[in-house]
Amino acid sequence: MAKTITIDGLSIPFEDGQTIMQAASDAGVYIPHLCHHPEFTPHGSCKLCTVKVNGRNCSACTFPAMEGQEVINNAKDLNADRQKITQMLFVEGNHFCPSCEKTGNCQLQAVAYHLNMLDDHFPLFYQHRELDASHTDILIDHNRCIFCTLCVRASHEHDGKEVFAISGRGINKHLIVNSESGLLKDTNMTASDKAAHICPTGAILIKHTAYQVPIGERIYDHQQIDQVSLNSEQVDHDK
Amino acid sequence: MQKFIQDLITINRYQATDLLAVLRAVQTQYHYIPKAAIEQIATLMAIPRTQVIGVIEFYSFFHLTPRGQYELLISDSITDHMLGKHEMTAYIEEVLQVKLGEVRTDGLVSFDNTSCTGLCDQGPAALINGYALPHLTPPKIDQIADLINQKRPLDEWPQELFEVKDNVLKTGILLDHSLQPGEALHSSFKRGLKETLKELDISGLRGRGGAGFKTATKWQFCAEEQAAERIVVCNADEGEPGTFKDRVLLNSHAHQVFEGMTLCAAIIGAQQGFLYLRGEYLHLYDKLNAILNERRQLSLLGSNIIGSDFNFDIEICLGAGAYICGEESALIESLEGKMGVPRNRPPYPVTHGYLGKPTVVNNVETYMATATIAVNGGEWFAAVGTEKSKGTKILSICGDCDKPGIYEVAFGITIQSIVDECGAHDVLGIQIGGPSGTFISNTEFARKIAFEDLATGGSFIIFNNTRNILDIVNNFTHFFAHESCGFCTPCRVGTSLLKNQLDKIVNGHGSAGDVVALEELCQLVKTQSHCGLGQTAANPILTTLERYPELYQAQLKKISYEPGFDLDAALETARRLANRDDAAAHLTQVEEG
Amino acid sequence: MTNKIRVATTSLAGCFGCHMSFLDIDERILELAEVVVFDRSPITDIEHCSIDCDIGLIEGGVCNSENVHTLREFRKSCKILVAVGACAINGGLPAMRNFIPLEECLNEAYINGMGVENAQIPSDPELPLLLDKVRPIHEVVKIDYFLPGCPPSADVFWKFLTDLIAGREPSLPYELVHYD
Repeated sequence: MAKTITIDGLSIPFEDGQTIMQAASDAGVYIPHLCHHPEFTPHGSCKLCTVKVNGRNCSACTFPAMEGQEVINNAKDLNADRQKITQMLFVEGNHFCPSCEKTGNCQLQAVAYHLNMLDDHFPLFYQHRELDASHTDILIDHNRCIFCTLCVRASHEHDGKEVFAISGRGINKHLIVNSESGLLKDTNMTASDKAAHICPTGAILIKHTAYQVPIGERIYDHQQIDQVSLNSEQVDHDK
Repeated sequence: MQKFIQDLITINRYQATDLLAVLRAVQTQYHYIPKAAIEQIATLMAIPRTQVIGVIEFYSFFHLTPRGQYELLISDSITDHMLGKHEMTAYIEEVLQVKLGEVRTDGLVSFDNTSCTGLCDQGPAALINGYALPHLTPPKIDQIADLINQKRPLDEWPQELFEVKDNVLKTGILLDHSLQPGEALHSSFKRGLKETLKELDISGLRGRGGAGFKTATKWQFCAEEQAAERIVVCNADEGEPGTFKDRVLLNSHAHQVFEGMTLCAAIIGAQQGFLYLRGEYLHLYDKLNAILNERRQLSLLGSNIIGSDFNFDIEICLGAGAYICGEESALIESLEGKMGVPRNRPPYPVTHGYLGKPTVVNNVETYMATATIAVNGGEWFAAVGTEKSKGTKILSICGDCDKPGIYEVAFGITIQSIVDECGAHDVLGIQIGGPSGTFISNTEFARKIAFEDLATGGSFIIFNNTRNILDIVNNFTHFFAHESCGFCTPCRVGTSLLKNQLDKIVNGHGSAGDVVALEELCQLVKTQSHCGLGQTAANPILTTLERYPELYQAQLKKISYEPGFDLDAALETARRLANRDDAAAHLTQVEEG
Repeated sequence: MTNKIRVATTSLAGCFGCHMSFLDIDERILELAEVVVFDRSPITDIEHCSIDCDIGLIEGGVCNSENVHTLREFRKSCKILVAVGACAINGGLPAMRNFIPLEECLNEAYINGMGVENAQIPSDPELPLLLDKVRPIHEVVKIDYFLPGCPPSADVFWKFLTDLIAGREPSLPYELVHYD
């Protein structure tokens, strides 16, 4: 008989070596997340996927599923904390959705919609962050970076490159690129890299493609992130 | 410079794991890490330049822009503040003609804050090019300023400027029983290693860093792990403000600490050991290396230790200014030459530690205790203390008392006894376990030092009734925001939000809802953060808010809301450019009438 | 008339787009007019709020001293104050100037910019002075509700006001929550 855990009372099978996140999405249960992506080593930093495992807070994307775990996921208090964490990401950076070409396709925004976030709650940090438009095909807008490290992992694990890294400490954390000039154009990155397409926000964008799909007809304009995420990630987990 | 770096890396045969050592050497030589150095280091060590930059920007003692040839850092710990840090800072600025946070225009000297230097019983303290300068006074500052202005090399400075005292004021079973080098190893080999581990189990020894995991169990887990190599690490990254006992143990009982590490290696089957020494304790580095050499000559380290087939050696790795590296998995990352970011757990270090090898990480005091237990037996140790907390605890007592220093006390001792013993009067409250611990009020002195009541890694800071609790809490809250590694959202953003929100209240701009918002934020940071730093960062606020809610309320205005920024100051640029100063060119902070 | 719900509206550092969107409730405005009376608003041209307004709808962020005065008047006069649209909620597009120092902005506009004649930074005391940053309104006064969107759709206004008027806790379903 397959080993199982329960999530919100629902019995869910898992295989040894799976995380709670993997077991959940295989079973069609959505756990909010931003830094997790099934193709890459889990990072566990955004903390949106915090669930209660036998009463203790754990990151679902890194915590192994183990027989008999009772997991609470879709609970009012957890979702309230998730909303606050999302609000933290919004005030930390400079997220002006109306002027961002990622709007409607942005996972940060979609998670916020999903959590019914109506305001930023916290005071803004007004951090001054730069743009790097040096590359012919790719743009970095540091204002929108949430330090999920998906680009770092995609470049390292998939593209076999080391284009990105996170540097600095605490609230001064920032994304850096691997070139002597510090500019993206001087790295070996190309628009076909996985790292160019993995950003959950509008921090890394492919140039010249901005408004091919009009606002109002984009991914999260009609579908919630839970369904979108489950549809795309179940497949990846099964690989 | 090219030759310097080339020689540094090739002569020492530095690997990628030695990045901190390389950067420390470059910083010492050039007082920053030049861009060309980054390129060369990355090439020679075969690591991405982004890793080099990441590490430089992570640790407080590394800089991308030039510091002074004399890098002067003053300790910003609350205990230094209580001993006159503010006045000394002003005096230094005046005498050395350099503002805090700046480099003097001639490039000779730079001056900045640094987190607690572990000299809390002899502050206000500073570091000069990494070396400790305890007990600053105006005459000493005059002397230091002269030496700097004359460009005298540090080794020509009078030694008394660097004299760090032990101040051991109360000894117990550990400090009373100093061992001969090799005594614990001989006892253990004679008794048998399995039996020695059993003695350790009987002793009930729990980790002395604060968390209190049972030492014998940790060693057992590590020993049971299937692996070709295992690692022993001693955590001497004593960064918790108010703690300085490891400094004293390493200064005067290093043999015993190294012996405990060697014993651990023998029991778990490790060949490689590290002492991770916080950068602030640079003054101990040469002395400790000399002791390691002595031990090698005594056949207590190296190959075939005391004639057995057991091989083990210890390397000292220096930190570079990051409190978070006291967290064991962050410490391991740092040992590997990376940013000190805590790992996801599981897996735990006992199964996947340094370079993925099973690793035991214990505190300095823990290793020292294991060596003593190996000689005297578990029962002997367990006879002292309480049922759940066996043995003694070495406390670093500082703040408002007549006799600050090191006190070895039996677990279960009441706070009152300690207060009496160290000569504390008119006490307002005590911070136990440092900022990450608990603030207790003067009505709680019947409580005990024990894992089951008040646990502490050693920090014990006393405040008398002249002190302002909100100033203390503010200092601690700023400390955590400064030291957050930034890995997870709740701590990275949350500790800075806490800092800003508390500043608003402390500076008298808080209104009715602000304390509620503060407490809500505290709970979020506490419950959602990735590691112990974030999970305890709100403790200073939470433990004082619980005990002194009226103090916070008294700071609040009787209005429903006040902006968290200075409205009138926000018009300053526009006023200046429009050359206006009429009434309409100003704003009140809150609406009048 | 007197027991009708009194609504005031204004636009601070905004584009009036939120007001336009509000008017997109189209014929439903007649239904609204049955229970609501408009106080200070660009719709009525009333210059100051009555002291007993029930609901204040604020579009736009706070970019100058006049915005601060207006916002304070609304807070003082309205039982419920609502941040309407992206600019009121996080500063929105006007706040993109926050990352350019104000001095640079003014110099560009009035001194060094292309086609500037008689270069000088205006200093008429009648003119409000600019704040160094454009702020969301909740950083200046206490705000009770937030309606996101650039602009919030007419349905957002409708849902929110009908909830409030009916005495329900206002809520927005997924399809009405948008930041763009």
